[in-house]
Amino acid sequence: MTTQKTPLEDAVSQPIAASTSTGDAPAGPERRHGRSRLTAGQLPKWTPYAVGAAALVLSAAIMALIGFNVAGWVIIAAIAYVVGMYAVTLIRENRRKATDGLWRNLIIGAFLIALVPLISVMWTVISNGWQGITQPGFFASDMQGITGKYDRAAQAGEGPILGGIAHALVGTLLITAATTIISVPIGLLASIYLVEYSNDNLFSKIIRFFVDVMTGIPSIVAGLFAAGFMLAVFSFFGAAPGAQTIGLSAAIALSVIMIPIVVRSTEEMLRVVPNELREASAALGVRKWRTTLKVVLPTAISGIASGVTLAIARVVGETAPILVTAGFTVATNWNLVKDWMMALPVYIYYQLTTPTAPQAPEPSMIRAWGGALVLIILVMLLNLLARAVAKWLAPKTAGR
Amino acid sequence: MKLTRIGQAAAVLSIAALGLTACGGSNNPGTSNSSGAAGSSDAAGASESGAAQVTGTLTGSGASSQQSAMAAWAEGADGIKSVQPDLKVQYSPDGSGAGVKKLIAGQVQFAGSDAALDADEQKQVQTFCGPEGAMNIPVYIAPIAISFKLDGVDSLNLDASTVAKIFTKKITKWNDPAIAALNDGVSLPDKAITVIHRSDESGTTENFAEYLHTAAPEDWTYEPAKAWPSDIQAESAAKTSGVVGLASTTDGAITYADLAAATELSHVSIKVGDEFVAPTEEAASKIVEASKRVESTNANDMAVAIDYANAPAGSYPVTMVSYQIFCQTYKDQNTVDMVKAWGTFVSSQAGQKAAQDEVGSAPLAASISDEAAKAIATITVAK
Amino acid sequence: MTTVTAPSPLTAGEKGRAGDKFFSGLTFAAGGLILVVLLFVTVFLVVNAYPALIAGADELPSQTSFFEYVWPLVLGTLLAAGLALLMATPVAIGVALFISHVAPRKLAKPVGYVIDLLAAIPSVVYGAWGMLFLAPLLVPIYDWLHRYLGWIPLFNDPSATGRTILTAAIVLAVMILPIITALSREIFVQTPKLHEEAALALGATRWEMIKMSVLPFARPGVVSAIMLGLGRALGETMAVALVLSSGALTWGLLAEGNNTIPAEIAANFPEASGLRYNELIAAGLALFLITLVVNLAARWIVNRHKEFSGAN
Repeated sequence: MTTQKTPLEDAVSQPIAASTSTGDAPAGPERRHGRSRLTAGQLPKWTPYAVGAAALVLSAAIMALIGFNVAGWVIIAAIAYVVGMYAVTLIRENRRKATDGLWRNLIIGAFLIALVPLISVMWTVISNGWQGITQPGFFASDMQGITGKYDRAAQAGEGPILGGIAHALVGTLLITAATTIISVPIGLLASIYLVEYSNDNLFSKIIRFFVDVMTGIPSIVAGLFAAGFMLAVFSFFGAAPGAQTIGLSAAIALSVIMIPIVVRSTEEMLRVVPNELREASAALGVRKWRTTLKVVLPTAISGIASGVTLAIARVVGETAPILVTAGFTVATNWNLVKDWMMALPVYIYYQLTTPTAPQAPEPSMIRAWGGALVLIILVMLLNLLARAVAKWLAPKTAGR
Repeated sequence: MKLTRIGQAAAVLSIAALGLTACGGSNNPGTSNSSGAAGSSDAAGASESGAAQVTGTLTGSGASSQQSAMAAWAEGADGIKSVQPDLKVQYSPDGSGAGVKKLIAGQVQFAGSDAALDADEQKQVQTFCGPEGAMNIPVYIAPIAISFKLDGVDSLNLDASTVAKIFTKKITKWNDPAIAALNDGVSLPDKAITVIHRSDESGTTENFAEYLHTAAPEDWTYEPAKAWPSDIQAESAAKTSGVVGLASTTDGAITYADLAAATELSHVSIKVGDEFVAPTEEAASKIVEASKRVESTNANDMAVAIDYANAPAGSYPVTMVSYQIFCQTYKDQNTVDMVKAWGTFVSSQAGQKAAQDEVGSAPLAASISDEAAKAIATITVAK
Repeated sequence: MTTVTAPSPLTAGEKGRAGDKFFSGLTFAAGGLILVVLLFVTVFLVVNAYPALIAGADELPSQTSFFEYVWPLVLGTLLAAGLALLMATPVAIGVALFISHVAPRKLAKPVGYVIDLLAAIPSVVYGAWGMLFLAPLLVPIYDWLHRYLGWIPLFNDPSATGRTILTAAIVLAVMILPIITALSREIFVQTPKLHEEAALALGATRWEMIKMSVLPFARPGVVSAIMLGLGRALGETMAVALVLSSGALTWGLLAEGNNTIPAEIAANFPEASGLRYNELIAAGLALFLITLVVNLAARWIVNRHKEFSGAN
């Protein structure tokens, strides 16, 4: 290994073979007078390009035999490239280098494979949703007074697409906020118990196990449970039947889903905080609860914030539990504990499956995709917020 | 680092742009004046027609098939607001089963359902509705179109037995002799038939199966149910919009769906007597008018049983009747007034016309409207 | 707990000790609350499922006993989730490694951010994407697979619409990919820098460093991430309900058919009444049990490799 620079800073955007120490290395495959295998000849800079070109040609030849299409061409070329690079490195350098290059290529390949569907999804949502969110009044309107007549006119090009997501946006924000307020403290405290206080006793094992089990509750079951539970609570206090169909019921249903996710990710993040930090803090005579709050939590806060964001993102898109708990409304409702409430996923679901005008589903589709795009933007903002919070709380000179 | 900064700036900017577009006012039709001036003038019109004004919120739950019509009735300019500006009606399209369950539990004041209450449910509902139970009032008639997408063919004639054979996959090609025999002069391609059914349980499936089971019992041997028979392996999609969407993108597909939603597809004309009848609103109204009532413990129950086998000439038998279910008695006078105002409006000719204009459902015949008005008038406060 | 407990938090003169007791009590209570909630949910499930479990075949709407009804659904659920996990795990771990150890930092940060975002796309959107975009795209590929690999029973009778269990599994894989990636990445990044540098100093290549120091350290965390992804795949409702042409159990990955428990519940719950309702809840109970078994297996795997696990 001629030049292992500081490993982490060694940008890998450069092809592997480019790490030759001498910039003006002979382009030919001439082996330098190798005294040992370590300094034996390395592949010239242009090798990846050559192998890549060969792979493309080979792939084109194969495709010509079985019928050409672009996707197949790229896929076969990629496979040929990975194999080719491995073979060339194996022959010209050594097995370890070849393995290293192979895995690097595979990892980059995994990344590229992952990009394809993800970009496709994003593109679908953005291209379809843009038309929705740019409708005048999309954010300020709810669906009061919107009937099939207007949608049919809109589809025929005789009028604007009316209606919007105000009621659903308000509902989603309120329900998600309530869910977060319920779930994060419980989840955080429980995972602190598991990591810091339990000493892996039987009780903690039971909690850990049942938290895992809780992640397996089908979301609709969580909704049905919350509906039943709130009905029981409300009738216990003498409320009329039906009064439990409120935003808070949805928040409770979502909490059942969210708590285990928070516990799981937070526990994992607390666990990787080095023990040295705890011990150092204890050695300074700091109480355990202060150590936990001031040392352990801040160290892990970035991971915790990421986990919490993921958990919120997970529940913000849940449809089924809200469907069975919060009712269906076209008017904006700011009250979590009274009257029916709409949420964005439910709005999207209903606009997709029961268009306002059955003969003219197009405006409903546009509203639905617009709603989906808003939901994603919402989570994006949340993510930024979580990052800002994490940065603000994290120790100023973190390890990395 | 620079790159991410630019990225963040771009994100912030785009969000700001969104905020700007959001600053436009609401575009809801009539929001500024629905409860104000226009409302009072409407109210004046309504009081001329003799209806007392009621105030409050009426809550319903049930079939999603009625959802679009409910928007027209509850929100539309020609809906309930035109006669009762202060009556707010909310409806959750949870599904027929869920709606009936909620009515039984007393969580809602009325339910929408694609099927009338059965004897069991009629008994259960008595705890909330009083000893006389509840009444099924037909409000939404939907012709179920047997729709297909086949390049080069826009109309087909079929009889019940052929339809049953297609949907049970005994006929698998569009140019099958059985289809050709009913369609002289239509050039049918040699293409596989893709059968698409509802993946969720639905009243549409039940009505469709009931028709096939009655009109072609030898070819459709499955008991009619809300679920598609599990023995028939076929393509499926969720909800009406799902099957219609899937069928309209699949050449050679055939499905069954609410006529109003299947505008992008061609429809099969069904053999009734000696002629072939295309699915239309009038033809659907006709069969409902000609149908007999189901016997019920409630004297005012208007549940109908469509006689598929003996459909009168010119009527379209594959028709779904969707009901709203009201109690015979409610606990307080205001609820009674609200239910009466709502039920009378929805089943009236004006209400039916509003739904037809907005959604494309088949209107009730005038005689049924009158009967419904009489039945709803008997709703009283529980003693 | 290492501290000696004070006689009473109120009388204890030292503020810190009372704080410690209070705080540990609070965390304990939070843990207990989770158990209580789960107990409630379990009771709810069992009470509602019980009538369907004891009912005879002739009483149930499907005219078969509950177990005959549920086992194809169980297999369908496992099939879809298993396939999804099979596709998503290697890719997700690859992407996580790419972000944490391979990509230049300038690229890694925004990529990590985008991945986090993708975990946030609501499942109904994934469902709509799979239904409108992916399924039609896969039809020619399925035809091709059938033409050349049709002798394998898995590739029989390709569907004309592409709405098959394999498509559903692909959608699920795309859905859980960001989840597994995001959590694995967090863990990979936490690998002690000393371990990595030690490996490199001994002359290890970058891959050998990853293999010897990063992966062993991260294994429990990654297993946990995978289980979270599996939980999501098992419980996913809307995406499957929108993408799959459901039907009876079949081994043909390219044919319509199969169904998963959550999709079955969501599709049929609105119209369910009487015993059918209980039957669907009982199906939910079955899913609950599947998750239980899967998690037991995961715990077992993690515990087997405990000696590697990180700081604690």
